[in-house]
This record gives sequence, C-alpha cells and structure tokens, in this order.
Amino acid sequence: MNLYLVKRILALIPVLFVVSVVIFLIIHITPGDPASVILGESATAQDVEALRQQLGLDLPMYQQYMNWILDVLRGDLGESYFMKESVSEAIFSHLQPTLSLAILAQIIALLIAIPLGITAALRRGTAADQTVMGFSLLGMAIPSFLLALFLILLVGVKLQWLPVAGYKPLEAGLWTHLKYLILPAVSLGAIQSALITRMTRSSMLEVLNMNYMKAARSKGVKDRQLIYKHALRNAFLPILTVIGQTFGGLVTGAVVTETIFNIPGIGQLIINSVERRDYEVIQGVVLFVTCAYVFINLIVDILYGVIDPRVRLERK
Amino acid sequence: MDALGSNAKRLELSQVKQTLKKEQRRLQQRRFLSNTLMLTGNIIIVLITAFALVGPYLVSYDPYEMDPVKRLQPPGAEHLLGTDNFGRDLLTRIVYGARVSIGVGFSVALISAAAGMVIGLYSGYYRALDQVLMRICDGLMAIPGILLAIALVAALGPMTENVIIALGIVFIPYVARIVRSATLVVREETYIEAMKAQGASATRIIWMHIAPNTLSPLVVQATFIFADAIITEAALSFLGAGVPTPDPSWGNILYDGKLVIFKAWWMTVFPGILIILTVMGLNFAGDGIRDMVDPHSSLSFKRKKKK
Repeated sequence: MNLYLVKRILALIPVLFVVSVVIFLIIHITPGDPASVILGESATAQDVEALRQQLGLDLPMYQQYMNWILDVLRGDLGESYFMKESVSEAIFSHLQPTLSLAILAQIIALLIAIPLGITAALRRGTAADQTVMGFSLLGMAIPSFLLALFLILLVGVKLQWLPVAGYKPLEAGLWTHLKYLILPAVSLGAIQSALITRMTRSSMLEVLNMNYMKAARSKGVKDRQLIYKHALRNAFLPILTVIGQTFGGLVTGAVVTETIFNIPGIGQLIINSVERRDYEVIQGVVLFVTCAYVFINLIVDILYGVIDPRVRLERK
Repeated sequence: MDALGSNAKRLELSQVKQTLKKEQRRLQQRRFLSNTLMLTGNIIIVLITAFALVGPYLVSYDPYEMDPVKRLQPPGAEHLLGTDNFGRDLLTRIVYGARVSIGVGFSVALISAAAGMVIGLYSGYYRALDQVLMRICDGLMAIPGILLAIALVAALGPMTENVIIALGIVFIPYVARIVRSATLVVREETYIEAMKAQGASATRIIWMHIAPNTLSPLVVQATFIFADAIITEAALSFLGAGVPTPDPSWGNILYDGKLVIFKAWWMTVFPGILIILTVMGLNFAGDGIRDMVDPHSSLSFKRKKKK
C-alpha cells in the first residue's frame, strides 16, 4: 500500500510539470506585450521598459519559467496588478463560495444518482429503468448553465420561491447560506447526476449477476442488506472513480454557474480577470484548480484501497 | 481436368463470397434500422444541419439590423420567435447562430480528430515517443477543459478562429488517447509482423495498415467531441469569452438573454432548446455508431433487449 502510494504520487510529478509549462506558455503566447497592456496606450516606451524589467519579462523564456515555478513551489502565485493583492490571497478569499457550491452540488448529485441508479439496476428493462435512463440521456445533453437559466425562469421568475442571485456566507446563518445556493447547486448537481446514475446502474448490474450474490441470497440474507452491503459496496469502486472525475465537470460548471447567480467565487474571479486581462490571476487560478482536481483524484485512488481490500492486497 | 476443377472451385468461392457480402450488408442495414437511438440522432442532426444551411435564405431579416422601437417583442406573427434587446429578429439570429455554433463544433471535431490521430498513431507505434506525448496529454487533460479554453482565448484574443483553436487544443488529447490504445492493440497483430518481415516502411505500416483500424473508435470519439465543443463554445460565449459580439452564436444569444431574463423568456428558451437538441442528436449518433462498429456492445445490446 505504501509503495503504491509513493508510486502514485511520483507519477503526479510529470503531470504537474506539464500542467505548469502549459499554463506558463499560454500566458506568454499572448500577442502584445503584457507590460504595455497593463500600462495602457498612453504609457511611454521608458515606462513600459521599466515595468518589463520589474516583471522580469526581459529575461529569456526558460529563466522566466524557472523564476515563476520556484515562486509557485514556495506558495507565491504572484501579484495581481489590478487588485493590488497577491494572487493566492485573491484565490483564498474567493474559495469559500465555490467550495460550498461544489460540495452541495455533489451531495445533491449523489442523492439523486445513487437511489435512481440502484432502482434502475434492480428493475432492469422495466418502465422505471427506461424512465431513469431517459432522464440521464437528457441530463447528459443539457449543459448545467442552461439548466440554471431554465430554473431561474421557472422558480425565480414564475414561482418566486428562492432568490436567483447573490451569495450569503455561512456566517449569515445556515439557512440563509443554503437558500442562496440551492438553485445553483441543483442546476450543477442534477446535471452531474446523469453520468453518476448511469455508472451506478451499470456497475450494480455487473455485481448483481455475480455468484456471491446468489450465494448470499440462498444463504437467506435479507434484500435490503443484500443490496446495500453486498452489492453496493462492491459496485462502489467505478462509482467512486466517476465521482472523482466529475469534480472536473463540477468546477467547470461552477465557473459558469457562479457568473449566472452572481456568486463571488473562483469562477467569477477568473471571468473578471479575463475581462481585465489580469494574466497573473488567470494563470494562478487555472494552476490552483488543476492541482485541486489532480489531488482529489489521488484521494479517490487511495480510497479504493480503503473500500476494497482486494485492491489493497493486489498492490502489495 | 485439373485447371477446369480449380476454375469451378474459384467460381464457387466467388459465389460464396458474394452471398456472404450480401448477407453482411443486410445485417448491417438491419442493425442500422433496429438502432432507433442512432436513427433518431441522425434525423435530428440532418434537420439541424438543414436548418443552419438553408435557414438564412428563408428568413427575411438581417441578423445585425437593430430596431430600438421593436425591442423585446414577444413571439408573434411579425417576429415568429420575438425580438431581442436590440430589436433584432430572434429567429434570424438563431438561424445564423446555428451556422456559427455548428461550424465551430464541426471544425473543432475535425481539427482534434486529425491532430489527435497523428499523435495517437505515432505514440502508439514508437514507444519512446509514447512516454513524452502521453505525459503531455495527461497534463492537458488534467486542466479542466473550460478553464484551459478560457485561458487560451484570453491569451489569443477573442475571435471565432481562436475559439476553434483553443477548443481544438482542449480536445486533441481525448482523440490521441483513444487512437493510441487502438494502435497498441493492432501493432501486435501477426499481419503487422508480416509486413515488417517483408520490409515495409514504418510510414506504410502506420498509415496503410494501422490507421484504418483505428477509424471507428476515432469517429465515435469525434462525434462526442462535436457535441462537447458545441456546449463549451456556448458556455464560453455565454461568459463573454468566446465568439465576439455582435456575431450571433447560440451562446451569445443566451448572453444577451441573461441580461433581460426577467422580461424576455424567449431569448433563453429557444436557443437553449436548440443546443440541447443538437447535443442530444450527436450523443445518440455517437452511441449508435459505437453499438454498430463494436461487436461486443452490439451483442450486449441484443441481450439486453431479450431480457
């Protein structure tokens, strides 16, 4: 297990290296000089040159990369030229809303997906199964921001049950906090659940046909226990993988959803930075989110061993 | 006698071949028709493509012409789907937007399929290259697609061409991966070994003998990328980081619609439904092609039906 863990973590190094080079290159292929973009058109050539030196833009490319990556490894993502604060501060002050939204959306996704997936698998081929699968096909074709817009039209405009924009932090009280997050989280979570439902169904179907299920049934294990303890636990590995992978989709969705509902999270930070051409922030946010995504998938891999002892033994 | 006998045999053989071919074709046709999902998908795609190609000749308004007096008119006889916040005819905008959105999606699918195929084939064939190229793919795939696209468009500048380039880069690794794994299987086949023994060049083996065998997974993947690219373009344009205004794209119309969502539901609902329909059509077609070309999944498909 430990050897496996070490190997798995070592394998991350090339991935993260490529990620950092790609992100660095994207920002440096920018047509036009960032220094003159920052200073605007009225700047003199001298000012631009001074800023170029200050930002280290006159150095050769590999030198610039080295400087940048060494800073990043020390936790310094640079300064935002427009917000006059460090990029890491900006990210952390925008982190809480996104985190709340992502967690709530993931909970909603699982609450929808797992029961539906199990039901569909148990009643394979029936109308219930077909309905569930039909909805999941629909869910895979709807981008979450469209569902968000439709929900605003339905719940916000017609029914006026919930607020359709804004954000209240957790300190304002749990219910107030949740009230503002329900619509965005439902629109994200419902779409995420489409894929997880499919995975749960097919993974359950595979397990239900196993011999040990027949053995357990003939031994007289009760239905409920049979499904949750014998089947679901074994079917959970692929489901877990999908949950890890959908985190990427969740972040992607959150970026767009936040701008729709005016939630001051990471998504809004990056969109505002694009408008301002604040490249340091764009670079920092993309790097931060990617690392978070990579590490969540690492945790999922580690959880495999916890859930399934076979994986643990195999890896020894 | 001998020559006659072998001639007769040859004739027989060609007859058998003919009947087999016929049977195979019939089987394929039946599979195609019994695959209702794929049929539905194809019908949707054909209709929407026709809508994008012919539509502009049928509408009588200009997609850029503003008319402040007729702002935000609900759907009616004069403007079938209503007007937008600048008084432009919504149906016209959606029809022209279909060209942009579908055009972007198709170009992205084409670019990523072509580049991904080359990368996948060579990294599957040359092990040394594999290590480098696949690590790069891993890295690119680790960055959430829309963030990568936003950063690329921000760096390249907001132009439709740049949106296509950015999304192309985002989706190349997904093709490369699939083609690579197909290549890894094919390169171990005996006939490839035979080709090598005969002295065929690597280029010949890769392009004449391996590439055709990777085509079906490639086409399936490209179909899904087509759908994903339409969604991502819409999201980018919706965020104001995609196709620049005033050019119509479905995402742009939604962007304008968001500003007036409380007054004009039609600006959100109509382009939204079109996006969903198009993506659904492409997903169905992709699933259908996969069922058709992959004997395993089509078998399971039949078994499922029987139960």
